[in-house]
Amino acid sequence: MITLTINKKAYNVEVDPDTPLLWVLRDTLGLVGTKYGCGVAQCGACVVHLNGEAVRSCVTKVSRAVGKKVVTIEGLSEKSDHPLQKAWLELDVPQCGYCQSGQLMSAAVLLRENSNPTDQDIDDAMAGNICRCGTYLRIRKAIHLAAAMQRKEK
Amino acid sequence: MKQHSGSTKHYFIPVKTIIVFGIIISVIAVMSFSIKNEKLKNNAEGEIIYKDSLASVKAFKEVYKVLMSPRCMNCHPSGDIPLQGDDSHLHAMLPKRGRDGKGVYAMKCSNCHQPTNIAGLNKPPGHPNWHLPPSNMKMVFQGRTPEQLAKQLVNPKTNGNKTLAQLIAHADDGLVKAGWNPGEGRTVPPLTHEEFKKAWITWLKTGAYAPRSK
Repeated sequence: MITLTINKKAYNVEVDPDTPLLWVLRDTLGLVGTKYGCGVAQCGACVVHLNGEAVRSCVTKVSRAVGKKVVTIEGLSEKSDHPLQKAWLELDVPQCGYCQSGQLMSAAVLLRENSNPTDQDIDDAMAGNICRCGTYLRIRKAIHLAAAMQRKEK
Repeated sequence: MKQHSGSTKHYFIPVKTIIVFGIIISVIAVMSFSIKNEKLKNNAEGEIIYKDSLASVKAFKEVYKVLMSPRCMNCHPSGDIPLQGDDSHLHAMLPKRGRDGKGVYAMKCSNCHQPTNIAGLNKPPGHPNWHLPPSNMKMVFQGRTPEQLAKQLVNPKTNGNKTLAQLIAHADDGLVKAGWNPGEGRTVPPLTHEEFKKAWITWLKTGAYAPRSK
């Protein structure tokens, strides 16, 4: 039995400790906002927060998450009102949407560490999240907008 | 009857010459012994150094082969982006070094590189402390000649103020040793870790001489 803390809730799961965290999130717990893309940490679709860091859950064994705080896209904000989520809606960022939860989780780490990122900061932070629809320019714009919202809120 | 003196062989024994040569040889022996003793030094950490430039340079040639192999050089790039693969191409996704060498924002090394290797080709190799050298002490291997690299490795200003004892101990650093456990599909350095360690320590303990660039 493995106990996990995900989005501030405790879960007990009967899984092999080597199971990828992504499998547990999606298949065992039904938290399907986090997506499977490549399975080899190359695309960013599966990014979740592990103690605040944007880990790729497809290559992260569930045992690594024991005793740590996991946050998925479902837990990024209580009412889907994180500045990034608001900016994403305002600018209609997604096209197909498949990569967007990973994009948002990566962008959230950027904004936590840098409240006023430059284009270069955004590119550096988001370089590991691939979007096959090519929404990169809207993502960048939305991160700037979210950063402005966040600064205003503080 | 007087015996003919020519039938007896008389040998000339150069006693004086032998004595003189003996003295010279003794003096040389004593001097060479004392010179050898002068070469033996205890440095500040108590490491015994016996300076031998030939042995040192020879050992560094072996060390250099390992340091310039992809498993070592890929995390000692000339730029701020690590290298990847046996052809040492720029790391996919272009992650940046960051101030502490552990990446930036959502692109930190340990976001993909797990505490251990994971099964399967093309999966990120693992270690609990995956990182590049920090931005204020980059310890670049890529593009360095043997002379440049040897000098850089022992210069406290470029090696993170490492003492000789710390340099010796670095051969057993966990991340260094991870080069010999690189995960599926990656070649290991051209020497075994034991061979590397022996060459590394020999190089350092014989004076850490830098091979001259030709």
